[in-house]
Amino acid sequence: MATVEHEKQAQGTSGNGKPYKVIGTRPIRHDGVDKVTGRAKYGADLRLSGLLYGFVLRSPHAHARIKSIDTSRAKALPGVRAVITHRDLREPGSRVVDLGEGAVNLRHLSNNILAADKVLYRGHAVAAVAADSVHVAEEAAGLIKVEYEVLPAVTDVRSAMEAGAPLLHDDLFTDELGQRATKPSNVAKHFRFEKGDVSEGFARAKIVVEREFHTATVHQGYIEPHNATALWNPDGHVTVWTSTQGAFTVRQQVAELVNLPISRVKVIPMEIGGGFGGKIRVYLEPVAAILSKRCGQPVKVLMSRADVFEGTGPTPGSYIKVKVGVDASGKITAAETYMAYEAGAYPGSPIGAGAMCIFACYDIPNGKIDGYDVVVNKPQTSAYRAPGATNAAFALETVTDEICEKLKLDPLEFRLKNAAREGTRRVDGPVFPRIGMIETVEAAKNSDHWKTPLAGKNRGRGVAVGFWFNCGLKSSVSATVNPDGTVALVEGSTDIGGTRTSIAMQLAETLGIGAADVVPSVGDTDSVGYTDVTGGSRVTFATGYAAYEAARDIQRQMIERAARIWEVDAPQVSYEDGSLVGPGGKKFTFRELAAQVNKTGEPIVGRGSVDPEGCGGAFAAHIVDVEVDPETGKVDILRYTAAQDVGTAIHPAYVEGQIQGGAVQGIGWGLNEEYFYDAAGTMRNSTFLDYRIPTCYDLPMIDTIIVEVPNPGHPYSVRGVGEVPIVPPPAALANAIYHAVGVRMQRLPMSPPKVLHEILAK
Amino acid sequence: MIKVFIPPLLRPATNGLDQIEVEAATVRQVVAALEKRHPGIRERLCADDSLRPGLAVAVNGAVSSLGLLQKVPDGSEVHFLPAIGGG
Repeated sequence: MATVEHEKQAQGTSGNGKPYKVIGTRPIRHDGVDKVTGRAKYGADLRLSGLLYGFVLRSPHAHARIKSIDTSRAKALPGVRAVITHRDLREPGSRVVDLGEGAVNLRHLSNNILAADKVLYRGHAVAAVAADSVHVAEEAAGLIKVEYEVLPAVTDVRSAMEAGAPLLHDDLFTDELGQRATKPSNVAKHFRFEKGDVSEGFARAKIVVEREFHTATVHQGYIEPHNATALWNPDGHVTVWTSTQGAFTVRQQVAELVNLPISRVKVIPMEIGGGFGGKIRVYLEPVAAILSKRCGQPVKVLMSRADVFEGTGPTPGSYIKVKVGVDASGKITAAETYMAYEAGAYPGSPIGAGAMCIFACYDIPNGKIDGYDVVVNKPQTSAYRAPGATNAAFALETVTDEICEKLKLDPLEFRLKNAAREGTRRVDGPVFPRIGMIETVEAAKNSDHWKTPLAGKNRGRGVAVGFWFNCGLKSSVSATVNPDGTVALVEGSTDIGGTRTSIAMQLAETLGIGAADVVPSVGDTDSVGYTDVTGGSRVTFATGYAAYEAARDIQRQMIERAARIWEVDAPQVSYEDGSLVGPGGKKFTFRELAAQVNKTGEPIVGRGSVDPEGCGGAFAAHIVDVEVDPETGKVDILRYTAAQDVGTAIHPAYVEGQIQGGAVQGIGWGLNEEYFYDAAGTMRNSTFLDYRIPTCYDLPMIDTIIVEVPNPGHPYSVRGVGEVPIVPPPAALANAIYHAVGVRMQRLPMSPPKVLHEILAK
Repeated sequence: MIKVFIPPLLRPATNGLDQIEVEAATVRQVVAALEKRHPGIRERLCADDSLRPGLAVAVNGAVSSLGLLQKVPDGSEVHFLPAIGGG
């Protein structure tokens, strides 16, 4: 763990009190030209000598026992080089390993990649083929004969919790903090948080509102499908090129599943076309590696869009019941919730995070939270921007809006009156440090949007707030001073949202050089220190922290070098504003000294490796105006404003982009997106034509308000940015719909047929 | 003294106590002190020589990646929470 050795810097200024020179500016991103000219290399672009093509055969059933797999006809097809099934993967046992941002049961991971004795969802991978062309591979997959015993499926969380529901796993017993149930069930985990006395709190309330909510399964919807290319060398070393949020976690997962030490697995992260949490767990990488081992040639495997929808991890559907009591003054006296999240085929939904987020925006004296992690016959869920928090906010923020209506309270005043602040003890126990909930809500309240009245028939305005923890975790960088005065920065975080630049800017700020004088690149697992995934809104915080440490390391070395050249002691030299200053008016600019480095001794290479605490939580407050067509139920968004505490906006344009992107994904989640399942458990809308994500035609400009409440846990006061903007939108939209047409939506998505149904039922 | 908050589902193992004060310098020592007073509690919190998978520890509100190795300054609050991951 790194420690903050410097004096905390005031917001907007460098350590010596001077204004930032680089932080807060908007330089052109270093990878911009490659991206806009199409020259950036993504996984699908990879071409290797002797490349073969893989295809994955997937289950047509949502729940079935595999009685036999006959691959003989596929293997006999000309052009086929290898066919593999689960038997070709290592049996890892039921071990649980830490992948940096969450623990994984390796047997579940292995069975998810290629099913062993059962398929647990439609699209579950069963076998894979490598062939001279993808067409031959696909044809061969069709020749694989799998004999199934079809079993009843359960795809709804509450049905799965009922006694007598079809069991996905005979060996799954409900865990209650280390206490194991005696009978197997689909409930993998139950936990509870309590604070104060909820009975007493509800007894003191003037009004109590209790409602039930349902949210649908939705996908992250990243534009680039999963892909992996692997080359298993005869010397037993494997190289994997892939689209991932974390090269090191791919290395560990592949090593475990193909039974190699991690030193024999090299992962090269390609550019990534979106992840949002869905590109952390591996799917294709071990398959490509084993196929390559069988063939002796590199093998590339790509997913189709249907594969992505049906075979990778969406975010969970959920059932949430919330009860909130408020006294006559508008203060919350008690809050209680029951939350059940679908984990998909294997345990591990984000119920823990959802449960810890649901009441986090408020100072609640008496609270109780029960959370359940439930397996169902759907793909195993993955993280998705602030995992678990959006479902929770939809439920709570709709109830708080109803309370405000009943008590005739201004919804933002209600949130300010009950806001969590520094010192507030959360219902799950810990006490908040310095946070920006109040400042964020005040920013929304002072916005032009909030101050501008909304008029018109069937129009309504809604607000909602949201919280996400953010996280720190491990990051590494190295930085080499070049003779021309630039610095080559190698970082371990895959770049999804422009983080090459936001990290380079922190290095540049610390060194007193320009952002363009830093040449950032993303390293592979053999060329940079261990770095956890790009997720949890952590990269600009933690990897930026590592860059700061690397810059400080360079400063120390350059001071020593200047002292050597000037023949003085190092303590006589100081690093000031990008220059080395010595006795008697001696001075080198950074560039002047860099030019002398290779002539005066060893190269100067800075290193930074951190595992920082103090990531600082993030709060968001959103306002939305809608117009609802009462004849169709269609919701048009007229205006949208998102306010968010970001600590310090390193590159404001990227911060705005993250806020806008998160809000748009939340809007899609709220209004349109869902997995449609038929009675057999088959997804019926696994294309982007039928799975409706918002486009620019559906949306106005998302206005952003950047709130900067400094995070004392970071040298430049950074808080994570990328996740919390997805949290408020569904609730804000539900509240706006209510104020437009008078119907309370308690089920996501609020698509036209569902809104119309409620209007007609009114 | 360290103030340890006992999660509700663990309270049957502590005779219903929701907070317990212990002398400890690390989370490992916190768990050992709890185990000494309430035998069986370590098994609920730990597997082998680590916190149980899916469980995290927060000291003074900050979730630690060090688990049992995390130091706990005198006067600290310790919470055992579900481990979370972001997207």
